[in-house]
Amino acid sequence: MSTSKVIHAFYNDDDVLMDAVKQVRAANHHIEEVFCPFPVHGLDKAMGLAPTRLAITAFMYGVTGLGVAIWLTYYTMIADWPQDIGGKPNFSWWLNMPAFVPILFELTIFFAAHLMVITFYMRSKIWPFKKAENPDPRTTDDHFLMEIPVDGNEEELKALLASTGAVEINVVDNH
Amino acid sequence: MSSHYEAPIREPLVLGTKSYHDITEDIARPIEGSANRNWYIAFYISLAAMLWGFGCIFYTVGTGIGVWGLNKNIGWAWDITNFVWWVGIGHAGTLISAVLLLFRQKWRMAINRSAEAMTIFAVFQAGLFPIIHMGRPWNGYWVLPIPNQFGSLWVNFNSPLLWDVFAISTYLSVSLVFWWTGLLPDFAMIRDRAVKPFQKKIYSLLSFGWSGRAKDWQRFEEVSLVLAGLATPLVLSVHTIVSMDFATSINPGWHSTIFPPYFVAGAIFSGFAMVQTLLGIMRKVTNMEDYITRLHVEYMNIVIILTGGIVAVAYASEFFIAWYTGSPYENYTYMSVGAATGPYYWAFWSLIIFNILIPQLLWFKKIRRSFIMSFIISIAINIGMWFERFDIIAIVLSKGHLPSTWWRFEPTFVDVGIFIGTIGFFFVLFLLYARTFPVIAQAEVKTILKSSGAHYKKLRDENNEH
Repeated sequence: MSTSKVIHAFYNDDDVLMDAVKQVRAANHHIEEVFCPFPVHGLDKAMGLAPTRLAITAFMYGVTGLGVAIWLTYYTMIADWPQDIGGKPNFSWWLNMPAFVPILFELTIFFAAHLMVITFYMRSKIWPFKKAENPDPRTTDDHFLMEIPVDGNEEELKALLASTGAVEINVVDNH
Repeated sequence: MSSHYEAPIREPLVLGTKSYHDITEDIARPIEGSANRNWYIAFYISLAAMLWGFGCIFYTVGTGIGVWGLNKNIGWAWDITNFVWWVGIGHAGTLISAVLLLFRQKWRMAINRSAEAMTIFAVFQAGLFPIIHMGRPWNGYWVLPIPNQFGSLWVNFNSPLLWDVFAISTYLSVSLVFWWTGLLPDFAMIRDRAVKPFQKKIYSLLSFGWSGRAKDWQRFEEVSLVLAGLATPLVLSVHTIVSMDFATSINPGWHSTIFPPYFVAGAIFSGFAMVQTLLGIMRKVTNMEDYITRLHVEYMNIVIILTGGIVAVAYASEFFIAWYTGSPYENYTYMSVGAATGPYYWAFWSLIIFNILIPQLLWFKKIRRSFIMSFIISIAINIGMWFERFDIIAIVLSKGHLPSTWWRFEPTFVDVGIFIGTIGFFFVLFLLYARTFPVIAQAEVKTILKSSGAHYKKLRDENNEH
């Protein structure tokens, strides 16, 4: 039977939180979410989160940017309207390429950086006018919040969380 | 606490007995409190300077750039001097936030936010100059490769000036995104504390609904690292390309392969000086003395003495090569006996004194760790680096190959007005920033509190946890 209740356990120390996450996982409970005021190193591994692939997307976006830059310089300078500028070879993209290196480089960075950040914003669902979803305002200050779904084991979970050093334990209806 | 071990020999980066909540309080205080009288005085002076500068810009655009002191020989002077000066200042922000992140320097965390703000505001000022110098700024979009009614007549990708367009706009936009992504958790912190509904609304909007999930933080850290990796070559490329505006020309004094590395070092040199100037004031007025400590000042001074040393060696090499060519033309370059004794001797010697001699004081540990001396020296470097660009441009152009074309540059009140206006504009932006943005990356500082906080270090000492 599924239930709509979740437990919110608050911690006020990152080291205590880390140990708690390990203990809760060892007791075979599913941790729905942890809200933190700052990055806790190793928390993603302790929670069993898959590594992020954003760096790979950045590489692919960078390659795209390089491709766009090659096409742009080729089309404008060689194909569409070649002009004699300072005697530079306007009949061959390859021979003219050294003069395009700064453009190739800048567009690679431009695409990689911006598209990666946009991907991050879309994946994490953050954008202007988005409403924040942290359940308690203290989680951006100095408290860590562990959210665990209750499945008829409320008392047992509470006892476990209290033993891991939670400073406050609330049972709330899931939104 | 063993996971937060740091060698006891390292000085603390956060002073006092702080908890995570104290950091929140300290960073939020300047935003939630009201500004004091000094802030208003500084703001109105800057605003007046900015408006005066805007007036001069309108006059320039309405009348034509003939109102500047440019002449048939010196077609570039204060505008490009100011452009290069402002872009250079911007470089420290990216260096601190990107390069120091790659090198895992924890001390960057107290200063990266303001240094990046400085970068963005400085690049705004820099971008103004080429646009005004176009004379018809409403045609400014012609620098972009967009199809047009002339054929299409495309932009010239062989030109360093166009490389500049791409470099500066990439630099500005990537810095802005880097800065804003780092700001999200801190805006969220302000949002969650805000009591006034309007303030809450604004900071919710600014924070993009940041909730701080474990997955968000995992992505956040990865994105920061990759952005740092991208921004590091980017920042080096920007001043390299700026230097190519000169180095790819055939003027003696400009046609120099040493320019790219030497300009980059000079940019970091001047940028760190500006960070010292700004933070010297900011740590006082926003009560951030516990976060921006003597140690931070010393570390920045060490970067200044290193990059200043590179610049000094570059000057010496330029001077030597100019002399060694035996060519009379080289005797009119900005680093030559001709420059030191000619009509621009005052600009030459200002450069030597402010940029080479005064920074040598930083070899003394006492001076390096003194707030007031660092502040004074940083202002000297700001002046010296302005003269460097002025010398490279005005001295070189004043004496060309043909003696009958020799001319001098005299700035008009419009040249001066626009320059002062950009300084005013810069400080207006920075002062507004200091009152409305979290001036220290508090989420990041919280991650180093246990390893580098004075209180935790003391606890470890007492418990012998080494």
